[in-house]
Amino acid sequence: MSFPWAKHYEPKQPLMRWMDEKLPLPRLVYNAIGAGYPVPRNLNYFWNFGVLAGAALVCQIVTGVVLAMHYAANGAVAFGSVESIMRDVNAGWFLRYAHANGASMFLAVVYIHIGRGLYYGSYKAPREMVWLLGVVIFLLMMATAFMGYVLPWGQMSFWGAQVITGFFSAIPLVGETIRVWLLGGFAPDNAALNRFFSLHYLLPFVTAGVIILHIWALHIPGSNNPTGVDVKGEQDTVPFHPYYTAKDGVGVAVFFLIFAALIFFSPNLLGHPDNYIEANPLSTPAHIVPEWYFLPFYAILKSFTADFLLPAKLWGVLAMFGSILLLFFLPWIDNSPVRSANYRPTYRWFLVVLLIDILVLGYVGGAEATARNVIMGQIAAGYYFAHFLIILPLVSASERPRPLPNSITEAVLAKHAGTSPAKTAMAG
Amino acid sequence: MARLISIVIGAAFVFVLALALFGTARTAITDPAKESAEHVFHLHPESIGLPSAGLFGKFDRQQVQRGFAVYKEVCAACHSLKYVAFRDLTKIGYSDAEVKAIANQWAIEQPSVNPETGEAATRKNLPSDHFPSPFANEVAARAANNNALPPDLSLITKAREDGPNYVHALITGYRNQPAELLKEFPGAKTPPGLHYNPYFANLNIAMPPPLTSDGQVTYSDGTKATRDQMARDVSAFLTWTAEPNLEARHAAGLAAVIFLMIFVFLTWGAYQNVWRGIEH
Repeated sequence: MSFPWAKHYEPKQPLMRWMDEKLPLPRLVYNAIGAGYPVPRNLNYFWNFGVLAGAALVCQIVTGVVLAMHYAANGAVAFGSVESIMRDVNAGWFLRYAHANGASMFLAVVYIHIGRGLYYGSYKAPREMVWLLGVVIFLLMMATAFMGYVLPWGQMSFWGAQVITGFFSAIPLVGETIRVWLLGGFAPDNAALNRFFSLHYLLPFVTAGVIILHIWALHIPGSNNPTGVDVKGEQDTVPFHPYYTAKDGVGVAVFFLIFAALIFFSPNLLGHPDNYIEANPLSTPAHIVPEWYFLPFYAILKSFTADFLLPAKLWGVLAMFGSILLLFFLPWIDNSPVRSANYRPTYRWFLVVLLIDILVLGYVGGAEATARNVIMGQIAAGYYFAHFLIILPLVSASERPRPLPNSITEAVLAKHAGTSPAKTAMAG
Repeated sequence: MARLISIVIGAAFVFVLALALFGTARTAITDPAKESAEHVFHLHPESIGLPSAGLFGKFDRQQVQRGFAVYKEVCAACHSLKYVAFRDLTKIGYSDAEVKAIANQWAIEQPSVNPETGEAATRKNLPSDHFPSPFANEVAARAANNNALPPDLSLITKAREDGPNYVHALITGYRNQPAELLKEFPGAKTPPGLHYNPYFANLNIAMPPPLTSDGQVTYSDGTKATRDQMARDVSAFLTWTAEPNLEARHAAGLAAVIFLMIFVFLTWGAYQNVWRGIEH
């Protein structure tokens, strides 16, 4: 589906006409990310991050496939094979640093992409399916990132695998059996390393498939925009190409600039020194910490220190998974008809608090478990759940939103005329 | 209905967290965490400003070669360097002939088999060999070192926080245990067989001070081999062993960043051009 004024694909070249009759792939691309997709004209730079996430996935697949040609998924030689990539493979150091930092870049742009969705209400009707598929992509990414981190078979790889698979042993009665079944042994070893490698290679392609569904679902209602107001007519939109291909081009260029700075000048900034020590099941590192992008969730896990009906560990695991799974229900928890937080004066402030809260959780996740840090984490974890599960439904029922502009064009013109959309609405 | 369920679940998590918070606060008051000697007396390494540090850092070939001399004369007695090959030494300025000689004269031979009998044997090192380990295996290494295992040094400067500075600080950081430490923490006396070193995570390290006197290593380039100089040089060498492609990386990075800055400028221009006249 598209808006009635969307441009139609009309190949003029005989070859392209021939192609269009046999396999209309160019038509599909034209309608998906070409001139055939009308997009609101007022998107800001936060709308670049979907394309950036796609670019990051392509980088990860390209570097990953080449790395897999040199890597050996065997506990005895995995660490050494990574070192031989770093030293003896042509540009191997570049591939490996690009892949390791690429994961961080991917997660970083996806976090901003999710934050954009939260702020501008992109999860709300009619885009619930886009959001649900997005959460599925996020879960797939987390699984892929975790298993990828195990592959170099350093100390953090091994002990991270030990801790994460240990979550399953929190399940009453059958937990330990499930853990052993998942690992293929009593502790992470060859069997676990091999299946993690296999799945680490598989899941990115599953992710790519779900991304196609994500974009497909997006194209049915069309893109949201910073006002959250529906597209009313042709004057509200511009064709995706050349307008947003040009704008995304700027985003992609800046993305690669930051990515390159990380790879070439500080490739180990986001890593942990212990992962340059080969995995040793007999020596536990002083602090086992996950990669930065998992720290807030790790903090939530660690915050549950009291037994209440269930053991503390089970509460922690439930809460950690729950903190992501609750995102699936967001479109129905928040039933304010207004999408954009720009017009939701109360909710907006709670979102600012949520951002700070997640940063605090990230800090606590990586810090030592002193009483001060644990208490900070417990308060922050409490706010995280309160925000989504208690504050959001209450605020969405009670809040009085600011007047919405009548249309995207009106909001744009009002911005350029230096008056607020509300005034224009009253005058008009 | 969805919102009601949501609020009930949210309240449950908040309630359990409040219970946990209460427990943490009570423990913090009734049984506050005690300071430990490691906490109070551990020191962070000072920066030694190696030429390889910084955005455009390069190796000082002379210094890295001196550091290799220190490794060869001092460290190699206990520490392996298994990810580095003799052939790699050409990258720090040794000629092929020199590398061949270094490999051939290396004190520890390469494990091999006797071609006639098939029995375990050793042979002289070749440039293609990696540095041989001074011990046959971990058990032998521990047996010779008071049950401590000397770590492989190939990656040591990346496997420790602030690695290059840490190596220098650790080697030069041996001292007597301060009297205040023993007064504050009488239980924290350095056990026999270990050595007090405030730069080591738990303050007591099994490695005896490796550099004991000036001039312990003879430098061929005339640099005065003070203990501090030797520690700096070996730290430069171990920075190279951990990241041998550092110079190529910095050079490629400079080119990539300049290219991408032009790219940003061009895409920005294209964006301005395409959107001219369209308010958004």
